[in-house]
Amino acid sequence: MAEEKKVVRKKIAAAADLNNFMRDYYLELDAAAQKGSPKIAWCTSVGPAEILRAFGFLVYFPETHSAMLGATRMATEFIPEANAIGYSPDICSYLTADIGAFLKGVTPLEKAFNIKSVPKPDVLVFNTNQCRDVQDWFNWYGEKFDAPVLGVHTYRGVGEVTDKHIVSIAKQLEALIPPLEKIAGRPFDIEELRRTVALSRECSELWKKILDTAAARPAPLTFFDGTTLMGPAVVGRGTQKAVDVYKILLAELEERIRKGEGAVENEKFRIYWDGMPVWGRLSAHSQLFSSLNTNVLASTYCNSWIFSALDPKDPFTSMARAYTELFIVRADEAKEAYIRNMLNFFSVDGIIYHDAKTCPNNSNCRYGMPQRLEKQTGIPSLTINGDLNDLRMISDEQTKTNVEAFIEQLQERRG
Amino acid sequence: MTPAAPVYVGTDVGASRTKVAVLDASKRLVGWEVRPSGIDFTVTARQCLEQALAMAGASEEQIAGAVSTGYGRKNVDYARDTRTEIGCHAAGCYHYFPTAITIIDIGGQDNKVIKLDAAGRRTSFKMNRKCAAGTGAFLEEMAARLAIPLEGMNALAARSTDMVKLGSFCTVFSATEVLENIRHGKKIEDIVKGVFFSVIRRVVEMDAMTAEVVMTGGVVAHNPIIVQMMEDLIGRPIRVPEKPQLTGAIGAALYAMSAASETVTLNPMEEPNG
Ligand code: SF4
Repeated sequence: MAEEKKVVRKKIAAAADLNNFMRDYYLELDAAAQKGSPKIAWCTSVGPAEILRAFGFLVYFPETHSAMLGATRMATEFIPEANAIGYSPDICSYLTADIGAFLKGVTPLEKAFNIKSVPKPDVLVFNTNQCRDVQDWFNWYGEKFDAPVLGVHTYRGVGEVTDKHIVSIAKQLEALIPPLEKIAGRPFDIEELRRTVALSRECSELWKKILDTAAARPAPLTFFDGTTLMGPAVVGRGTQKAVDVYKILLAELEERIRKGEGAVENEKFRIYWDGMPVWGRLSAHSQLFSSLNTNVLASTYCNSWIFSALDPKDPFTSMARAYTELFIVRADEAKEAYIRNMLNFFSVDGIIYHDAKTCPNNSNCRYGMPQRLEKQTGIPSLTINGDLNDLRMISDEQTKTNVEAFIEQLQERRG
Repeated sequence: MTPAAPVYVGTDVGASRTKVAVLDASKRLVGWEVRPSGIDFTVTARQCLEQALAMAGASEEQIAGAVSTGYGRKNVDYARDTRTEIGCHAAGCYHYFPTAITIIDIGGQDNKVIKLDAAGRRTSFKMNRKCAAGTGAFLEEMAARLAIPLEGMNALAARSTDMVKLGSFCTVFSATEVLENIRHGKKIEDIVKGVFFSVIRRVVEMDAMTAEVVMTGGVVAHNPIIVQMMEDLIGRPIRVPEKPQLTGAIGAALYAMSAASETVTLNPMEEPNG
């Protein structure tokens, strides 16, 4: 019988350190929530975390929590709860899963770290640079917890980032200071902000170096590793601990390169992933590609937590630039230039676009981009339909057949 | 040692039908069988194999290569390798039409649009999404709504003089539209033709119809009117292989043959096939 091939994937040793990092991060938040101090701020994943840390807030990111709901395959059960109170199944399934789980009093933190609930916020701060859904999401919790909600309203579909954009966003960032001083109960200290911005920049640079190791042949890590290894870049930026743990990880990956160790055995094809991961299928997808000697080694998603513009000398302006220059904020032309660059740097054979049903903001295949990029670069692409969290939107069999057929196609091209 | 008259077997286990094709060493189709896939794919594939071999006048010992494809490709116990249905449809069609082609395959549960360059290399492919619209499943649902046998749809549509246009994308919405048209006294043949038109509209939305267009699949095999309607829609003639339902299985048999010949090259001590 034509058996499915079993594959061995190499574990990353530093993953244990990263797990500890995440555990300590959540335990610290939980302890603070119990005690009522330090104060807790909720922040969007590419929101102004540095400012919040400069005020001494512990920062909690609901998106990471919802990704956990996805990865533990709990999300699909809770999404209908949010649908029932008026949040459509067509909108962000991070939002619907997270609110649904909250309504049911459930969190994946309980099983992972024995934490009973998400930490109560003293303030919630969003940036609409990624989407409008985060604003609705935070407002819902703001009302639930009777906590103030602050926000930065960003431009979207930005072509060239101009001074006008930067000035306007920097002003909005500065405008956060007076209300945050009140909530934090302490005056703003620009030196503290410089310190957190510097740490955030350092974390971002390390994270970039980590992701860039995948340019090696064979690549020492996969996108699927990246989606879990990126925890500290998201929740820990602006802290020394994130910097420390990434140094360990980078050293291990560099060692792998020296030894010529690939994350995928006998790497034959190199794939770029555009769009969100399917959280509930990380391991299945990783297996699927490994079994085809294919490494999905670079992605728009993991690279979205690189903020090279951050500059402690000019914290507000540089934050405004870093959070506006992001891929998700940009117009298609800028996005395509970015992807072309990535394809080249990582020596990519093919692109996979994940068209996530509930996140148009991260699904870049809907306005002709795959066709344009293929024309420009000659690199073929495949679009798979799915979702980040809602497994009702997924056909595993179709994904598998599509991916296998795509790799066959790449094989044929090579002859 | 390979027997004197080798045959190559391709098995396409689709979600709705299982197809087996047997080719001789000169790539002639010498045996085939089509059956509902049922719930035990392994057994169905075996039964199809036996029938197809009997038709070819060949025995199992003569099988020099066997590849399976389709939804149930991993359940075929006599297959030596698997290929995706996309690869197999491409190979099967290129065998009949060795030029740059756009293949439209309309199956029981999914549609595919596959593009090949003049050398037969695949340049792109699309499979339909999580929806019955545009597939055989849609036709089955509509036949049930109209209380007519599935096999009768083609003949009915051929009698239509004033096709009803169904506007909706969704199978459930389309069913409502059909009921609406019945209430308004529309003729059944006009509604059935509209149902077929809805299928081909869903397909042309999947990709641009460039180069020569080839149509395959069970739905096309049983409803040749679909080909005519598609020709009218795109304004060009369409080519259909001899046995459109078997293209995937034939492609799989061709893969089995090329795999076997590669083995021969690797083992020069063995007698070449055919
Ligand atoms: S970017 Fe997409 S996944 Fe992220 S919060 Fe917004 S809608 Fe949800």
